[in-house]
Amino acid sequence: MTRAIEALAAGPHTREAVNAFLAAHSFPLVEGSSITIVWRGEAEAVHLKHWVFGLPSSQQLRRLEGTDLWHLTLEIPEGSRVEYKLEVVRGGRGEWMEDPLNPNRARDPFGANSVAHGTGYTVPEWIHPDPEAPNGTIDEIRFDSQVFGRRGVAIYLPARYRRTRRYPLLVVHDGHDYLRYASLGTILDNLIHRREIPDLIVALTSSPNRLGEYAGDPRHATFITDELVPNLERTLPLDARPQSRCLMGASFGAVASLTVALQRPGFYGRLLLQSGSFAFTDIGAHNHRGPLFDPIVALMNHYRANPIAMSERVFMSCGMYESLIYENRSLAPVFTATGMEVRYVEARDGHNWENWRDRLRDGLSWLFPGPLLLVYE
Amino acid sequence: MIVLCGAQHAEPSLPRVLRELGVKGPVSLITAGWQEREGEPGMVADPGLPVVDLALHARGEQVFAKDTELAEAWKARQIRLKLMQDFYRVRLEHAAQAARSVAVRSADPELIAEEHTASLSVLRHIDDDHVRRCLAVHAAFDAEMKPSTRPVVVRHVDELRAQIAPTDAIVIAGGHVAVLLNRLRMFGIADLAGSRPIVAWSAGAMALTDRVVLFHEDPPHGQAISEVLECGLGLAHDLVVLPEPRLRLHLEDPVRVGELAQRYAPAVCVAVDHGAQIWVDDGAAVRGVNAQRLDVSGAVQPAWVS
Repeated sequence: MTRAIEALAAGPHTREAVNAFLAAHSFPLVEGSSITIVWRGEAEAVHLKHWVFGLPSSQQLRRLEGTDLWHLTLEIPEGSRVEYKLEVVRGGRGEWMEDPLNPNRARDPFGANSVAHGTGYTVPEWIHPDPEAPNGTIDEIRFDSQVFGRRGVAIYLPARYRRTRRYPLLVVHDGHDYLRYASLGTILDNLIHRREIPDLIVALTSSPNRLGEYAGDPRHATFITDELVPNLERTLPLDARPQSRCLMGASFGAVASLTVALQRPGFYGRLLLQSGSFAFTDIGAHNHRGPLFDPIVALMNHYRANPIAMSERVFMSCGMYESLIYENRSLAPVFTATGMEVRYVEARDGHNWENWRDRLRDGLSWLFPGPLLLVYE
Repeated sequence: MIVLCGAQHAEPSLPRVLRELGVKGPVSLITAGWQEREGEPGMVADPGLPVVDLALHARGEQVFAKDTELAEAWKARQIRLKLMQDFYRVRLEHAAQAARSVAVRSADPELIAEEHTASLSVLRHIDDDHVRRCLAVHAAFDAEMKPSTRPVVVRHVDELRAQIAPTDAIVIAGGHVAVLLNRLRMFGIADLAGSRPIVAWSAGAMALTDRVVLFHEDPPHGQAISEVLECGLGLAHDLVVLPEPRLRLHLEDPVRVGELAQRYAPAVCVAVDHGAQIWVDDGAAVRGVNAQRLDVSGAVQPAWVS
């Protein structure tokens, strides 16, 4: 229990004491490695719901006797970032909600979660708009694919874009979500402005059926490698060399990136794979994750048995609080053994967009080092 | 006389240095390191003298537009050099990792010291090999393309000679050191300068030395290991110029200071912060103003204080 809650518990359990307690603190309470979640209101039960692999995913808050204040203290290692919701049970029915006392929110395609920042975690300053960093442009184009029909693709051009230059190309799976939930546009502007990455062109793709297309649909590799990239290389001033082509994605998007790269070894010299859903088995064809993962299991089992250097440089990241940490930790040395340069980074975070956001500087600046080392003003 | 200076934006020393050099006439200005921003007003402290902008970056673009054969070969050479720099860095990082692995082993301190020397020797060998191969690429390019005899280059060099003739000094700003160095080489600025004094800062100062060393001890990615870009113009000998030290170096860390100094010895590593100067006469450093010399012992001390 955090000291603040202990102090409250030791005093009079009155409405005034609870009011004063809530007014005096910001929530969740963070003291060293202890985080206390607090909720106030009438309910039959209140549960903390989170996605930290390794901890019970539902934990009950305790009511401070004689009050309507509920609390739960967790031990969270320093540097952690935890997304959660509260389940408030009334009339026998549970209602999931964001923590009304916590202003920190993380949005994702399913809505939003509350976020607890453990001691030592700070939101990276480079995710915020820098008034000195000129903004690149993002334009939505319609791309007619032979295999998928018409698809929307967003194209990011750097602020200092010139037709006379040649640029690297970054293809981002679920790119629109990266823009919405991981501040990718701002991050590109900032990292380019700081010279940590070079000016580059980014193609942001999205799929109406990502789970189906990314995991085992051969049309996806055709779409990316035989249609989209050649088209962009014809119409934009791109440096059409493997060193200047990168595929990126998170979760199933990382699987898609790997799958596409494996279809054309040597074509993509850079891969950025975040929290890849790289399910595999050591025996048997089915993973505990279910049939959706069967094509991935087949892909990964085959790759693990026949590893090749399909790229030159691979950046991988994964949250320690994801169930996928096992798969990602296992894959990094397999990649390394092929001779590819591999950088594998873990964070005390979960399977979520802000985890992926926070690793973008590491990944992008390593895959595409900017002119920082070359410019001395 | 050549004066190598620290960055000018926070503490411009250019007007003072020009006065001290006795420069009274107009000066030739090179800001090719700023690439497309070349010649933007307000980015260089007013030297208090008329300025002739040599526009080397723009001239380079004109050369490429006119002489597409040269442009293609130039581009191919740059791609090759960039790849070589990348591969060189892979070797460096592995050698540096090996050095760290050896350094943490338990053994007789005398043996560990000997191994440290051996590890350093490997890094230096990788540096030397890289520089040698870069020189070979440049030599092959020059032999095949003969850039200095291409008509469009000759025309620009003639124009530059005429522009520089009435000026009393050459001033070279910082910026992108590789771009700057390429433009200085393309137009033979070292020869055109003749005996005029040169004042150069940051990347400009680096480009005038024997070897250009790239460095940043807090990089956003990878290891904090310095690397040699290639040879510079060789007008200031036995110096490794390290601008922006507060941003890029850990001068408070004697281990890092010592390693950097040992790596490039016998050349002397010198941190040139805002306001710092190194005065070079006939290729040799003779005087320092607020310049800090990195010693192989790990100490940082004033350099060439008379």
